[in-house]
Amino acid sequence: MSTVALRSLVKRYGNVNAVDDITLDVAEGQLVALLGPSGCGKTTTLRMIGGFVEASAGSILIGGTDVTRLPPARRNIGFGFQSYALFPHMSVAQNVAFGLEMRRLPRAEIAQRVNQALDRVRLRAMADRLPKHLSGGQQQRVSLARALVIEPSLLLLDEPLSNLDAQLRGEMKLEIRQIQKAMGITTIFVTHDQDEALSIADRIVVMRSGRIEQDGTPESVFAAPRSRFVAEFMGVTNLLPGTFEASGCFRLTNGAAIRISDQAGAPERESVLAIRPERIRIARAGATPGPDDLPAEIEAATYRGLTVEYRLRTGSGLHLTARQPTPATGGPTMLEPGACIHIGVPTDACLLIPA
Amino acid sequence: MSSTAIRRTYGAVSALVLAFILLPLVVIVWVSFFANRILAFPASGYTLDWYARALATDSFRDGFVTSVETALFATAASLLIGIPASLGLVRGRFPGRDAIQTLLLAPMVVPGIVGGAALFIAYIEVEARLDLQIAGTLGGLLVAHTLIALPWTIRLVTASLASADRAIEEAAASLGASPLTVLRRVTLPAIRPGIVAAALFSFVISFIDLEKSIFLVGPGRTTLQIALVNYLEWSLDGTVAAVAAVQILIVGAALLISDRYARLSQVF
Ligand SMILES: Nc1ncnc2c1ncn2[C@@H]1O[C@H](COP(=O)(O)OP(=O)(O)OP(=O)(O)O)[C@@H](O)[C@H]1O
Ligand SMILES: [Mg+2]
Repeated sequence: MSTVALRSLVKRYGNVNAVDDITLDVAEGQLVALLGPSGCGKTTTLRMIGGFVEASAGSILIGGTDVTRLPPARRNIGFGFQSYALFPHMSVAQNVAFGLEMRRLPRAEIAQRVNQALDRVRLRAMADRLPKHLSGGQQQRVSLARALVIEPSLLLLDEPLSNLDAQLRGEMKLEIRQIQKAMGITTIFVTHDQDEALSIADRIVVMRSGRIEQDGTPESVFAAPRSRFVAEFMGVTNLLPGTFEASGCFRLTNGAAIRISDQAGAPERESVLAIRPERIRIARAGATPGPDDLPAEIEAATYRGLTVEYRLRTGSGLHLTARQPTPATGGPTMLEPGACIHIGVPTDACLLIPA
Repeated sequence: MSSTAIRRTYGAVSALVLAFILLPLVVIVWVSFFANRILAFPASGYTLDWYARALATDSFRDGFVTSVETALFATAASLLIGIPASLGLVRGRFPGRDAIQTLLLAPMVVPGIVGGAALFIAYIEVEARLDLQIAGTLGGLLVAHTLIALPWTIRLVTASLASADRAIEEAAASLGASPLTVLRRVTLPAIRPGIVAAALFSFVISFIDLEKSIFLVGPGRTTLQIALVNYLEWSLDGTVAAVAAVQILIVGAALLISDRYARLSQVF
């Protein structure tokens, strides 16, 4: 239940900056997701806040107090490790009880809180097992219970759901969210899964090569990625370089033009046109195409259950991906490769991003 | 050749090599039951007399006690020194760290007799400077055996420390444990198999040492190995085989147990 402030935080390994000048303010009770590809410095950032890695420069404040030089034991942080880090020689219950024993709580209270924590992660029945007799997902939940049971003022979770199956992941996500809100624990949650970040966080911080690329609410990061990198990470697969023309047209580098609304984007400046695959409209052979529609051919179709993904090639040689509902989700019959169609892009589906 | 043929050939060769290694041990144990007056084939009958004789021989009894006591001391001392040293070697960052770890391989490549001679000369030098009796004293023997056991202890303990997950120590620290508590409640228990293996192995290494001890024992104080050599100078009967058989049993048991804790093959 504390604020967290990172001030120009840097971690150098040799001459590589694993974390490169990060400044971040996390409000009390907020759940922030650190999102980014492998190797972008998420774990390193989290480990500096936890006190396991010394910052090369900058400072860390928890609840307004500078903890940059404080040992981990004095930070009152619950840490969920990417590798779980369960004590191999202790049972599940002993693992969870460890932090409470360090706080010298009475035996009865420890037992009661351990049971409660194990209930939360649905592992009460496994209390007496050794970690090596648990599945990966069960170990992950023990590590979560162990971090939560001490009621830390700050919870740091390093990919806490990476090893769970889809159903359990959904359940645990809700559980983490619920506990976090109920206890009001400020939480920083590391993930490389945009879906997870979008559905759990109050705020998403996208990282790239040790720096913050974009920082905002899930809605704003998803709907308005400010860079090509974030757009790609948020599932925007169509990124077309070109120039915005005063006429309301976007002139692609291959000469083709796409009509977009007169919205944002500095005219005559090189930029990238971003279009979500779900927003591309497909008019089948026989249907009347819109006035601005482009002829295209289906090159490949990938069935994904809820949706089908088409790889398209327009008459002007442009490659695009489009995504449509499948018959199972109320969509039309699927198109075969080779089918000739027309595609349209609603003007409000076009987003201009600096090149 | 088909893959089954290769596998069969491989199995046959392995079995042959194993038989070649085990043959002397099996023969020793076997002849220790022979009734012959001198060690020779074939057996003229079978008896347990040589075991009784070995037990009744003072030099073997005393040698056995000295060897066990020395090995126990060496084991305890090498753990006491070796565990903290291993922590320093694995966790610490200081110049010469890698050099020290390489040097610790030396006892495995330097012939024992060379090591023994070196120790002896070192003792004499120290004696000359400090005007102190070391070579031939119990203290000198105990120090030497600690030195014999130490590299093996350090190798076994560093190996298990290196393979232990560092994050469990961090987890303990973040849960509020002081560095000493982390060591006591997490690090040491996590490497316990390595420590048990190191203890058993130290015991064996000290117990079977002949080459170094031969320079360092004093009058009236011999280890079992030296008692055996001395005895062999005068007689070659079943007593020697009986003593050897008992040793094989002890050492074999210790190695089997320690292998259960830490795969010895992964350490050397
Ligand atoms: N101890 C270290 N020594 C040298 N380089 C390191 C060390 N730890 C991390 N790095 C480097 O720092 C960078 C960031 O690593 P980090 O573990 O923070 O990435 P991450 O975002 O957590 O990735 P992942 O999603 O794969 O867990 C990587 O390039 C990594 O190689
Ligand atoms: Mg990581």
